[in-house]
Amino acid sequence: MNAPNHRWRKSKNAFVQALTLLCALLVLAPLALVFFHLLRSGAGALNWAFFTQLPKPVGEIGGGMANAIVGTFVLLGLASIIGVPVGVLGGVYLSEFGAARLNWAIRLGADILNGVPSIIWGIVVYALVVLPMKSFSVLAGGIVLGMMMIPLVMRTTEEVLHLVPNGYREAALALGIAQWRTVLQIVVRTALRGIITGVLLAVARVAGETAPLLFTAFGNRFWNHSLSEPIAALPLQIFTYAISPYDDWHRQAWAGALVLLMLVLAVNLSVRFLARDKLRLSRF
Amino acid sequence: MMAADITRENQAPAVGPADGPASAPGPAPAPPPASAPPAPAAFQIRNLNVFFASNHVLKNVSLQVEARAVTAIIGPSGCGKSTFLRSLNRMHELVPEARMEGDIRLFTEDIYAPAIDPVVVRRRVGMVFQKSNPFPTMSVADNVTVGLRLNGVRARSVLAERTEQSLRMAALWDEVKDRLRAPAVSLSGGQQQRLCIARALAVQPEVLLMDEPASALDPLATAKIEDLIVELKKEYTIVIVTHNMQQAARISDFTAFFYLGELIEFDATKKIFTSPTNKQTEDYVTGRFG
Repeated sequence: MNAPNHRWRKSKNAFVQALTLLCALLVLAPLALVFFHLLRSGAGALNWAFFTQLPKPVGEIGGGMANAIVGTFVLLGLASIIGVPVGVLGGVYLSEFGAARLNWAIRLGADILNGVPSIIWGIVVYALVVLPMKSFSVLAGGIVLGMMMIPLVMRTTEEVLHLVPNGYREAALALGIAQWRTVLQIVVRTALRGIITGVLLAVARVAGETAPLLFTAFGNRFWNHSLSEPIAALPLQIFTYAISPYDDWHRQAWAGALVLLMLVLAVNLSVRFLARDKLRLSRF
Repeated sequence: MMAADITRENQAPAVGPADGPASAPGPAPAPPPASAPPAPAAFQIRNLNVFFASNHVLKNVSLQVEARAVTAIIGPSGCGKSTFLRSLNRMHELVPEARMEGDIRLFTEDIYAPAIDPVVVRRRVGMVFQKSNPFPTMSVADNVTVGLRLNGVRARSVLAERTEQSLRMAALWDEVKDRLRAPAVSLSGGQQQRLCIARALAVQPEVLLMDEPASALDPLATAKIEDLIVELKKEYTIVIVTHNMQQAARISDFTAFFYLGELIEFDATKKIFTSPTNKQTEDYVTGRFG
């Protein structure tokens, strides 16, 4: 073994390490850029009116996105009502009851659904809900986001339930507790924080969806009063304002984007917080 | 009584199901397994075969577990001890491809009869595992009563009474009576294992199965568990799997030696450890192999 060869090998190693580090750090660059840019362009337009007022008619300066902020929460709430029970129970089935072959098919289906472009979800729900109801609506918007949440929640729930040590299932069954009670009141309870984490991640993921809402919730410049009427949502409002020709609307679009990003960031941070505890609880 | 829940497929025997304390025998001197005992045995196992898929794990095992006595199951790793134990409360059925043949009677009742729900069997035959496994989301007290609560017992007075009674039986009451609301995982390893025993006792089983309950504990905690087992046999039938020969000799009344899925020898513990009939048994208990 001669020395020059050795040095060459070491330098190759250092090069590859540096390259991977560089690529890993590149992940942070867009986040920093986006955050910085949004703060610079959006913070100026953030004021009390932005959170409390409806949009002003075209041509007037001022107004806010109160209806869009509330609309986003309404849509996310509705989506959760649809997506969380189905997703969680589906994940419970995969982890606790399913037969291998059927599980394989369900997992494949969920993974494919996770990869379906969101605009396709929008078109599907447009055909299934909007056309029969003859109206864009909150309901359609909630349904489309909820449907997008189901495969996400299902897979994370399954993964988290797999982390629950088998000893707890055996202990419960050996006490003469029926299997369904064991699953719901011992296993799911043990993994609850992890499941909530998965749900929050799914909520954060669909919170920024715009394309499917174009075909369903549609947007609304006023308050929404019924499930069968269109509703405003932050991503939609940002989209509309950003492509408009008015400077004031552009500023408000930046502000809206900043609020949306903060929302997603808040959810992600609370997920970190929950996930830390989840590991503590899962230990045997 | 839990036993009343069981739909009886078979005609009730003349002796009557001996799940009450009245009909249990005293500490009878070891009858050889072949001869019929006067009182019904806790378990009467005949020609038990267990398969996992194509793997023949237990081969034609027949033996009789005396009520209110400690029966120890010994043998080298992989000899089928745990499988045998788990077949006594149908826990081995959790393995998808498990299959059994033969006949196991719990106080004369066929626990594998088609009409019998394994859930009901497990209420009558409790189990303690090698690794202590108190539920981490629950307090000490909630762990003790979980089997009752999830089977519909709501009355607080009953739950409180059963908590104290079970913890006393598990020799844990004095150590935890001031922190019943503390998380179960805050207890020490030995305390957690005794908590698991209390949890199993709280549903008032007739038999307690123990799968190496002290093998993960230090000598002091082990000694406590052993004292507890000797104390518990006054009221319970205990079947214990152990890797520790001295432990089997110290606490058991009967010992079964398994090797490669077969029951090699079964007799009074004293006989097994002093003058075993079989050469393999002798080699094993004297530490020459295994």
